[in-house]
This record gives sequence, structure tokens and C-alpha cells, in this order.
Amino acid sequence: METKNIMIVGVGGQGSLLASKLLGRLLVDEGYDVKVSEVHGMSQRGGSVVTYVRFGDRVYSPVIEDGEADFIVSFEKLEAARYVSKLRKGGTVVVNTQQIDPMPVIIGAAEYPENVIDQMESKGVHVDYLDALKFAEEAGSSKAVNIVLMGVLAKYFDIGYDKWLAAIEKCVKPQFVEINKKAFELGYNSQKG
Amino acid sequence: MKQLMIGNEAVARGLYDGGCAVISSYPGTPSTEITECFAKFDDAYCEWAPNEKVATEAAFGASLRGKRSACCMKHVGLNVAADPLFTMSYTGVNGGMVICVADDPGMHSSQNEQDSRHYAVASKIPMLEPSDSQEAYDFARAAFEISEKFDTPVLLKMCTRVAHSQSIVETREKATDVEKPYEKNPQKYIMAPANAIRRHPFVEERTKKIAEFSETSELNKVELGTSDEIGIITSSTSYQYIKEVFGDSVSVLKLGIVNPLPEKLVKDFAAKVRKLYVVEELDPIIETFCRNLGLEVVGKDVFSITGEFSQKTVAKAFGLADKENITVEAEIPVRPPMMCAGCPHRGLFYVLAKNKLTVLGDIGCYTLGSAPPLNALDMTLCMGASVSGLHGYNVAGGKETENNTVCVIGDSTFMHSGVTGLINVAYNMSNSTVIILDNSITGMTGHQQNPSTGYNIKGDPAGKVSLEKLCDSIGINSVRVVDPYNLEECERVVKEEIAKDEPSVIISRRPCVLLKYVKPKKPLAVNTEKCRSCKRCMKFGCPAISFRDNHAVVDPTLCVGCGVCAQLCPFDAFEGGEE
Repeated sequence: METKNIMIVGVGGQGSLLASKLLGRLLVDEGYDVKVSEVHGMSQRGGSVVTYVRFGDRVYSPVIEDGEADFIVSFEKLEAARYVSKLRKGGTVVVNTQQIDPMPVIIGAAEYPENVIDQMESKGVHVDYLDALKFAEEAGSSKAVNIVLMGVLAKYFDIGYDKWLAAIEKCVKPQFVEINKKAFELGYNSQKG
Repeated sequence: MKQLMIGNEAVARGLYDGGCAVISSYPGTPSTEITECFAKFDDAYCEWAPNEKVATEAAFGASLRGKRSACCMKHVGLNVAADPLFTMSYTGVNGGMVICVADDPGMHSSQNEQDSRHYAVASKIPMLEPSDSQEAYDFARAAFEISEKFDTPVLLKMCTRVAHSQSIVETREKATDVEKPYEKNPQKYIMAPANAIRRHPFVEERTKKIAEFSETSELNKVELGTSDEIGIITSSTSYQYIKEVFGDSVSVLKLGIVNPLPEKLVKDFAAKVRKLYVVEELDPIIETFCRNLGLEVVGKDVFSITGEFSQKTVAKAFGLADKENITVEAEIPVRPPMMCAGCPHRGLFYVLAKNKLTVLGDIGCYTLGSAPPLNALDMTLCMGASVSGLHGYNVAGGKETENNTVCVIGDSTFMHSGVTGLINVAYNMSNSTVIILDNSITGMTGHQQNPSTGYNIKGDPAGKVSLEKLCDSIGINSVRVVDPYNLEECERVVKEEIAKDEPSVIISRRPCVLLKYVKPKKPLAVNTEKCRSCKRCMKFGCPAISFRDNHAVVDPTLCVGCGVCAQLCPFDAFEGGEE
């Protein structure tokens, strides 16, 4: 199998670490060679964060370059647009429509761009967007945005629903398993918009 | 069992399974997780030391006593540890010793991108360089074998992409613990001139032997490609990028031992291919070696000497086309890292910026005080340099600078190397005001304990350095403590201390808001009736405050109720908070 590439992007502190842990666990259990790469350190402090997940028969590079991502899962609207150049032609962007202002916008030095989703769609990108925060709260915790988005991503994979749930059980603390399973279900059954 | 591990965890497992009994380290991105992961093993000793020199010497002491030991640091930490490093090359070891050093090409979290391989060459210590987590595990184990076989410390070089990328690791059975007897041996361990003169030829001889070992070692491997057109010599993560681009079509000499380099292996490989390339991040060390052998080679003429590589860099250098991709027209504002909502540093920086003071900075989260809108810093060089630099600045500036210049340094950085600078301030009596930002943790590297927090690496109670008593015993007569959430107090004390004609220290004390024991207060909210859109609160750079529909709004999920914004607002528009 040719190597598949998933990027998880967002703002430091949004919980992308758990999402990549879940994917890593799931894909290793499925028998793939897997590489997951993220940069720790300064970017944790509210900066733009990127995680690369690659899987296939034999994965070499830990990073994803321009035009290579099959999926971009974005925890925030602006971040999807920032990294869309990484998407390959025909790739899919899963995006949480939440808006988190970066510092230049907060202090009035820059504008938060309008209609980034429309702009991506007008370039022929398949964008699956939703208010993941709303679903996460419905599941019982605003912190479950990450798992809602994994639920959306799962729609595009030929991996059984139960296997995703099993991976959640392995990656999440016992007291949060039910909330996260619910969050996953809400994402999985969500419609775009 | 096959497990997904970051390179750093794999190093920790490799060291442990290789029989490592003692680790001493100072945190530094991207090396920190090696020591944190090792701390989970209860039958081995693990500690945070105040700095990398201390850590390296502690690991050396453990080796001298006959146990296998290690120390871990980031690339700039090796500068601090360079003093013991060079002479440990002469003494060699008793128990095996590994020095893990993590470079940061691309400077994701560093102040420079120096290439640690120069240290291996200069100190004549062998260096191993893994390219993924499995190799990180295997090479850590192999490093102990090489260390004891050749009587030398061994450098294990990581880089950000190997340290922080997860790949599959298969661990093996743990080696039996090594316990060598300690025997007094002044000729080997007392590096006074008469003995050191005899040890230097040993080092030269050892380097030759390790180079010979390297010729046939399994840590270096030749992969002949389907064509003999192109041959590439490489190491580390560059190997992965080459395989990503070319698969098995080109020939590759992948070096796991990057110092000393194997002359015959390189020459034989070169003879098998029509065109020879060297692909290495940062400096042309392998390339220079090849040129010195008289080989014709393509290297830094097509590959950058700066930054990180990727499969795209490699493809471009070989003239392959870029992949098709999409861009949007929208201007995407940058999203730089910033101080967290409720960060105790922010209040103090606001006061320093408001009073237009010159501020010499240091290494830590508070380096972010240099960013807009606070723009509060004038200098950041290296660990501890704020204090020593301030002294020199004031010695040169005299009356013109003493009353409008301060330095800021965190608690961990002060323990690391700020203390010696402060001793210089006190001893040579410069009229300097040093501000210690005591947030009771090493913040930027992800919350590690340090000698001033009262806890050790396992979170157990430990010795605790009192900053006040330390400053007092150094000879600083004026030591004040302020709460950085209290702007009025901060401003008053800063003004008083910089006006004094003597060295002084201000301890700005409040624990990091991300610490688990710090319970957030209720978030504040803006009374839109009172908000007059003056935007004064926006000059403070709190990520919880934004401007919508012509008035300030507080994001209740980010706000921790620190109340500093309420002190800034001239119209008392921020309400709520407290318990």
C-alpha cells in the first residue's frame, strides 16, 4: 500500500496530542508501519501546532510536505487555510469551525480572514466542516473536540467502527472513556455544516 | 513487543535495557523526554541537575564508580558541559558512559542551530547518530558496549525530528547490570599535566581503533541501489528523506557512527557509483572528510547549510519537480507562541515596558515577553547571560544605564547559571537590579522540577534552595519579593530598586498557572455598558481578551481570573472573578 498521510493542525493546548496518540495506536494495531511526528517546545504556548501521521507498508520520512497530505484535520478554521498547501489534489480537509484569534489579530495588527472555507472549496478542495465544540459539549466536555474530529475522519476510513472505539479505550483515562466514545459517535454521524 | 515510541523514549528504553544505572541531566528541548521517560524506571537512579556541566560530571562520577551512566542535554547544553567533555576523553571511563545530545536544526525551540558533531571531532569522542526510534533504542545500547570496549565516553546525537517522531520499536531483553570494581588509578583519572601528557597519545590511538571498528560495524550500512548512477552518503533523518524520494533506486551509505568516519568504507562506496553526493543537515562534516580523501562530491553546493531538510529539500536538490498543491489567496496572520492567559510574567513585563526600561532577557517562557504588544526585551543570548550581561552593561554605562536597566531570569535558569553572574554583580559591586521570575518550575521545556522548587524528578520532596537566603549570602543587601499580579506593587518596587546605589534583587514570585496545584479563579467578564473601547487592555497581550463588536470580550475558557486586566481598565469594565 502506498503511504497515506494525515496532518493534524491546531492551536497549542487544543489536544492534538491525544488525537495523534489515538491514530498511532489504531494504525499500529491494524498492522501498518507508522510514523507520527510533532514538534514540542515553544509552539505549545498558544502557537500554531502541527502533527504528521503517516502509515503504510514502509514509512520513511516522518514529515509531510507540500501536496502530500491525504487528509488535514484542523482544530481551528484559520489553521486549515494555513496548511492547505500540504494537501494533495483530491485530498480532504476536516475542519472545526471554531475561531481562535492569533495575537496579531488580538492586538489589531492583522485581520482574521473571512470565508476561508469558501476559498478552499472554490479551489476544489473537499471540505468537511462542523462546529466540533458544540458536539463536544453535547458529549459532556469541551475538551473532547479532538475526538469529535477523529469521528469525522473515521468516516473516510475502511477501519471498523469498533476498532476506533477499542483504540479510544486504550488511549483515554477510564473516567473519560464514555464521554469520548459519545464524542466520537457524534462526529462519526455528523453532517457537513 | 512492537510499540510506537518517540525517539527520546526509545533512547531512555535503550539506556535502561543497556544497563544504565545512573542518569543526571538538565532539561532542554528536544532532549527532555529522555530523562523524563527514564525516571519511570524505579530500579535506576535519575535526577535533574542544576546544569549540564554538573549533570555530565555526576554521570562521570557514576562511571568512575563502575556503573553504566548517562547524561542528556540539548545542543547548547553541550557548550555548558564542554569543559568536562574534553578531559573525559582523556580519562576514559570505568563503567560505560553515554552523553545524549539533541540538536535542533530549524531552531524549533532554540537560540542557534549549532552542529554538535563538531564537539565529537574536537573532543575526539565517538558519536553515534540514529535515524528513527528503533535505531535510537539500538544505538543507545550499542553506545555502552563501545564505551567500555574502547575506554571512552560515547556521544549519542539526536535531532528534533528523530527525538520527537514516533516510530515502531521492538525492544530486547535487558542486559545484565554492569558493576566494575573501582581501582585507584591516578595516571588515568588525575588529569594533571604529567598524566594528561601520557593520556593524549592514548586518545589518538583510540580514535584510530574506533575508525577501524567503524569500517565493519553494523551501525554503518551500505545499500546498493538498482542503478550505479547515484551514490549518497548520509546519516540521521536525511537518510529517511532520501529513501522517501528514491526508494531503492540509488545507492546509499548510511553512517550510524559519524565520528570517527571510516576511510576505506567511504572510498569503496565512492568507487561503486558514478556520482557521489553527501546529504547532511547543517555543517559539511562528512563532505569535508570526503574532500580530504580526494573524492569528488556534491554537497553544500546544492544543499543548504541552514535549517531542517525534508523529502522536498532532497527532491529539489536533485532537480525533481515539486508536487502539485493548492493555496488560498487570503492573508493568513501568523500565530506565534505567546505567554498563556494568566501567566505571572505578563504583569511584570507590562510594568517594565510601561516604564520604558532596558531589559536584558534570558532563556525560558519569558523570552516571549519580547513579542508584541509588550516588546519588553532588549537582549537574549544564552542561559544566565542576562545577569552577567547586565553587570557589563552597567559597568560600561554607569549613571546613564543603572537607573533604567534591569535583567529578567527565571528560577530554573537562575539556578542553572544565573547565580555565578549574580556573584559577579555582588563581588564587583555594580549598581545592577536583577529580577528573578520565580514561577516555581522549569516552564518552557514542559514543567520540570529544579533546585528551587523543593521537589525532585519523581515529584518527591527534595532539598529546596531559598532564593532570598542565597542572594543574601552572596552579598546582595536589598532583596524584595513582589506579586506580579499586583501591578501597583511591582511598579513601586521596581522604581525603588533601580534608584538604589547598590546591587539589588527583586523576586517576582507566583507559580505557573499551568501547574496542577494552581486552581484558577472564576473568569472575568466585560460589562459592555462600561467598556469605552479604549483598547488599553489590548496592549497587555492576554490571549483571553479579544475585541468584538466594538468592545472587549473575555474568553471564559481561557481566563483564569488573574485580574490584571481589571487593574489596567480605567473604566472598571472587567467584572467578576475571584472565588
